[in-house]
Formats: sequence, structure tokens, C-alpha cells
Amino acid sequence: MHKLFTARVIENRPVNHKNYLLTAQPLAATAAPLPGQFYMIETARSLDPLLKRPFSYFRRTPDTLQFLYALKGKGTALMSTLATGQEIRVIGPLGTGYPPPPKGTAPLLVAGGLGIASLFSFAETLSKKLCLLYGARCRSDFLMLDEVDKLGCEVVTCTDDFSFGKGGKVTDVVSDFLSSSPKKRYTLYACGPLPMLAAVSDTARRHKIRGFVSLEENMACGFGACLGCAVRTVRGYKRVCKEGPVFPIEEIVW
Amino acid sequence: MDLSVSIGRLNLKNPVMTASGTFGYGEEYTDFMDPSVLGGIIVKGISLKPMEGNPPPRICETPCGMLNAIGLQNVGLKNFLKEKLPYLRKFETKIIVNILGKSIQEYVKIAKALDGAGVDGIELNVSCPNVKKGGITFGTDQRSLSQLINSVRQAVPSATIITKLSPNVSSIPDFAKTAEDAGSDAISLINTIPALAIDPETWKPRLANVTGGLSGPAIKPIALRMVWEAAQAVQIPVIGVGGILNSSDAVEFLLAGASAVQVGTGNFVNPRATSEIVEGLSAYLQRKNIHSVSAIIGKLKTP
Ligand SMILES: Cc1cc2nc3c(=O)[nH]c(=O)nc-3n(C[C@H](O)[C@H](O)[C@H](O)COP(=O)(O)OP(=O)(O)OC[C@H]3O[C@@H](n4cnc5c(N)ncnc54)[C@H](O)[C@@H]3O)c2cc1C
Ligand SMILES: Cc1cc2nc3c(=O)[nH]c(=O)nc-3n(C[C@H](O)[C@H](O)[C@H](O)COP(=O)(O)O)c2cc1C
Ligand code: FES
Repeated sequence: MHKLFTARVIENRPVNHKNYLLTAQPLAATAAPLPGQFYMIETARSLDPLLKRPFSYFRRTPDTLQFLYALKGKGTALMSTLATGQEIRVIGPLGTGYPPPPKGTAPLLVAGGLGIASLFSFAETLSKKLCLLYGARCRSDFLMLDEVDKLGCEVVTCTDDFSFGKGGKVTDVVSDFLSSSPKKRYTLYACGPLPMLAAVSDTARRHKIRGFVSLEENMACGFGACLGCAVRTVRGYKRVCKEGPVFPIEEIVW
Repeated sequence: MDLSVSIGRLNLKNPVMTASGTFGYGEEYTDFMDPSVLGGIIVKGISLKPMEGNPPPRICETPCGMLNAIGLQNVGLKNFLKEKLPYLRKFETKIIVNILGKSIQEYVKIAKALDGAGVDGIELNVSCPNVKKGGITFGTDQRSLSQLINSVRQAVPSATIITKLSPNVSSIPDFAKTAEDAGSDAISLINTIPALAIDPETWKPRLANVTGGLSGPAIKPIALRMVWEAAQAVQIPVIGVGGILNSSDAVEFLLAGASAVQVGTGNFVNPRATSEIVEGLSAYLQRKNIHSVSAIIGKLKTP
């Protein structure tokens, strides 16, 4: 199995005004990723950008990997110009995945915006008994809603600006959801912007449920060598790329 | 093809090493390459006591390079000897340990312990720009640099000592000479260059530590110039570091006068970089019909 491999771009298309879906085919045998793991992707063969960029995989098919990404800066802008047939170097799968829910608890997935990119593959592996709370700033920020529908699980959508689904912050929706089904025991899994993760973690604590969050930090290597991606935990600094990106909520010092 | 080079009493099977702080303790690279193909591994800087490092964000990318303010996070001498060194020993390569201290006594203590444990060499980090109380004063003050090297030399008379020079000085030849006179077996340069990156939207520095050390291809021309100057000033071997990504970069450093090279940021860009550089050097020499790598060291043709 090769952790550093070349992949051929099969398709790279916009899915809305600022997000793209990249489908790439590894040209060597690679390890099967666990939901929540990520890859370091060479966005351009250049000195600037120099470093690869970290991306969760959105979905895996028998011979391709799909990545859902937002245009952020230089690297993702160049990435969006990758053409079918082009070859890119990739490292992965990296990091830890989402651990399965402990016995007797139901999975509650909370995705904020692009957080769906990492939670989607996890939802696919769970039986339909999960619930997915999917929040975004506005209606046009939702990604892959058709695919999400096909999961066949309970999906609650919400928007900050009340333009789609329930109105209000996803954290309030989580709180309401937990209050409305007090007898059921849940394990929470959250991925999204940091303020959302902090708020959702707080909600989980208040409702006394366990859970996991997927964190982001700037990365140079992605495989544990540079110590650049440290986050503060109750047991000192840990590497997002190696001990994470998925951490138990109670470990993180917010 | 003879790729071997000598650094003082140390014979390296080839001139390619990893730069301190970029190769961990060797564990992270076995998924990509065999560390035994290397001339040497320079281990992440070790201090007497474990150090937890700086708050995040610790790194950011800048054009053709990156800034880091890791804050010298390391497991400390005791854990290194117990947990990391036995693992590193499994590779058929030279293990050189980069060390740092707050005082000469600390450097001496660490050097003695490592020498006793049989490491192949010690690299003195006197130039790390990140930690406020760190080695910066040793690396930028000729007198303290001289005292430091002298003390370590006396404490471990038979060890191979490499002094890693700071680029943060006005005259590299002066400091290179100081290191040689004080008993260093070799010098390595350059460490990262103190730098600052700013986010114009938030008006904040991009690193929590405000400043960080610049590394990568952006610093290569500066490193080449400094290696060239140092190589002319001293008789002891010079080890070139700074922005090396591939074997052509390595050849440039050898031509400038380096007897060996270290690859840092290049490992992040391509975790197989060092082993590809070893192969590339071989291919280069073959193409040029040169039988030994030592034949190109310092052969820069200046007018
Ligand atoms: C584990 C993990 C999984 C991720 N998954 C996804 C995903 O599925 N889809 C997606 O769109 N984005 C994802 N990201 C964020 C993505 O890596 C950044 O948006 C991207 O690196 C920005 O690169 P850029 O050159 O366009 O932006 P710039 O801002 O120009 O990048 C400059 C530097 O900052 C780093 N950087 C900037 N923002 C981030 C960030 N949020 N996280 C890490 N590094 C950052 C870049 O890697 C680069 O080195 C993930 C990040 C991590 C850590
Ligand atoms: C993330 C990171 C950590 C580093 N840690 C150390 C260290 O602990 N000790 C040291 O002497 N140099 C350290 N350095 C400096 C490198 O060893 C090297 O001198 C410098 O990065 C220039 O080489 P490069 O351009 O090939 O990276 C570090 C560099 C980076 C990028
Ligand atoms: S990105 Fe290098 S250690 Fe995590």
C-alpha cells in the first residue's frame, strides 16, 4: 500500500458558487480510508504554493476518491483549475477516523457548512438509524443535498438566516433536538467552523452526552513530522494530523 | 559511484541528511521511504527537560516557503534516550542529535549523556530564533559561542561536534571561524531566518508567536551565499541547509563548498525527497562522468 501516490483527475467541477467536487483515481494500490481521515493534496506542481493542502475525503468509490472543497486562497484556486487527465500527488489516508458509536447510543451527526465533506462518508457507513443535523449560513451554502437525501436517514436542516429548513444556529437546533428526545442516548459527531464546534461541544456537555469533533489547523506535513498542527488538549499539545483530526470533545481545551 | 563523505571523524555513506525538526525521531517517514538509505538523520532538537512548545497557529505558508514557531517542542533528554534512540538505532545510518540549552551547563549535560549513549554526533543548535530565552545569544555573540563550543568539546573530547550557525549575524565567516577555533568538527548552516507574516484582513500576525523562522526554497539563495562564504573561511567541513528540494539543489550546495547537505522543509513537500536526492546525486555524477561526490565539493567556477 502506498501512502504517497499519484492520482489522475477524473472530474473537477463546481457544485455551487464557491465549492468544487474533485474526483481522482489513485494510480497505485492505496489503503482504504476510514471516515474522518484526510489526504494531503498537491494543488499545483509549483514552488508557490509549496505545501500540499489537507482535505477530508467526501466519498470513496471502488476506484476513486472524491473531495468536496471550498475556494479559500491560492492553493484551492489553483486546485479548481485541475483538468481531467492531469496527475496530482497525494498523501493519505492520514489521521484518525470517527470511532463507531458506543453500544446503546445512537449517532447524532452535526455538520456545519463544509463540515459535511468529512461527515458524509461516516453517515454512509452507519445504518439509517442516525440523525444528521446540517446547518449552513444560507440556503445556497448547502452542499450535496441530493446525496444527503439518498442516505435515507433523518436529516434536519437549518440556516442562520432562516432561508431554508429550521431557522437559527445549528447549536440551538442541537439543543432543541436533545431536549425533545431526552430518553434516547446519543453520541455526537461534529465537523464545521471552530466557533460552531466549541458551541456544540458545550451543548453536548450540558446534555451530558459524549461526542467527537473534527478539528482543523494549518498543516505543513500532514503526517506528524513538523509539529505544526498542535492543538491544546487536557493532556498537552496534540497533533491534529496524527492524534486527530477527530478528538473526543472532553479532550479539547477550547 | 562513491557517494561517501567525511564529517570530521564521521564517515557518511552519502552526503544526504535530514534537517533537525523536520524528520521527527524517524518514526513518521517509514511509510514513505527507508531511512537507512540516508547518510545521516539529524534528530529534532533535544533539551534537558521536555518542552511543550508554542500555542497555535505555529506555522503558515509564505511565497515559496513557510514560517514556523514550533517553540522547540521535544520529549526531553530522558525520554529521548529511553524511547526514541533505540528505535532510531535500527536504521543503518548515522544518528546525529541536535541539542539546545539555556546555559552552557545544560548543553554539556546533554552532550555527555548522548555521547555516553553512543550517538554518532551532536549538532549544537545555537541559532534557533523562536524561543525568547533560547540559544539566540550563543549564536549571535562570538564570545559566548566560543565558550559554549569549548566547554562541550572538553566534556566530550571524542564526539563529533557540529555547530549549526545562525544566519542572523552580520558576518558568517567570523562566526564560522569562531566555531572552528573553538573545536567544532564541522559547521552546518543555515537555520531558519527570523520573519513575520501578517493577515491584512484581521491586522493580526499569522503566527501566535508573532514571528517565526522562514524556511524552504525562499531562503535557498541566501543559504548558498552563506555556505560559500563559510566554506572559504574554514578548513572544517561545512554542511549546507536551506531550501533543498531535489538533487540539483543539493549539487548547488556541494559546488558552493558544502561537504554534505540537510533537507528540511523539502521532507514536508515530498516525504521521499531525501531518498530521491540520494538517487539523483548518483545519476548526476554518472551523467557528468564523475566517480566520486567529493570531486565536486567547492568546485564553483567563479570569475
Ligand atoms: C484535516 C482537515 C480536513 C480538511 N478538509 C477540508 C475539506 O474537506 N474541504 C475543504 O474545502 N477544506 C478542508 N480543509 C481546509 C483546507 O485545508 C483549507 O481550506 C486549504 O488548505 C486552504 O488552502 P488555500 O491555499 O486555498 O488557502 P490559503 O489561506 O491561501 O492557505 C494558506 C495556508 O494556510 C493553510 N490553511 C488555510 N486554512 C486552513 C484550514 N482551515 N485548515 C488547514 N490549513 C489551512 C493552507 O494549508 C496553506 O498552507 C481541511 C483542513 C484540515 C486540517
Ligand atoms: C518545522 C521546523 C522545525 C524545526 N526545528 C528545528 C530544531 O528543532 N532545531 C534546529 O536546529 N533547527 C530546526 N529547524 C530548522 C531546520 O533544521 C533547517 O535549518 C531550516 O528549516 C532550513 O532548511 P530547509 O529550508 O530545508 O527547511 C526547523 C525547521 C522547521 C521548518
Ligand atoms: S502537519 Fe506536520 S505534524 Fe501535523
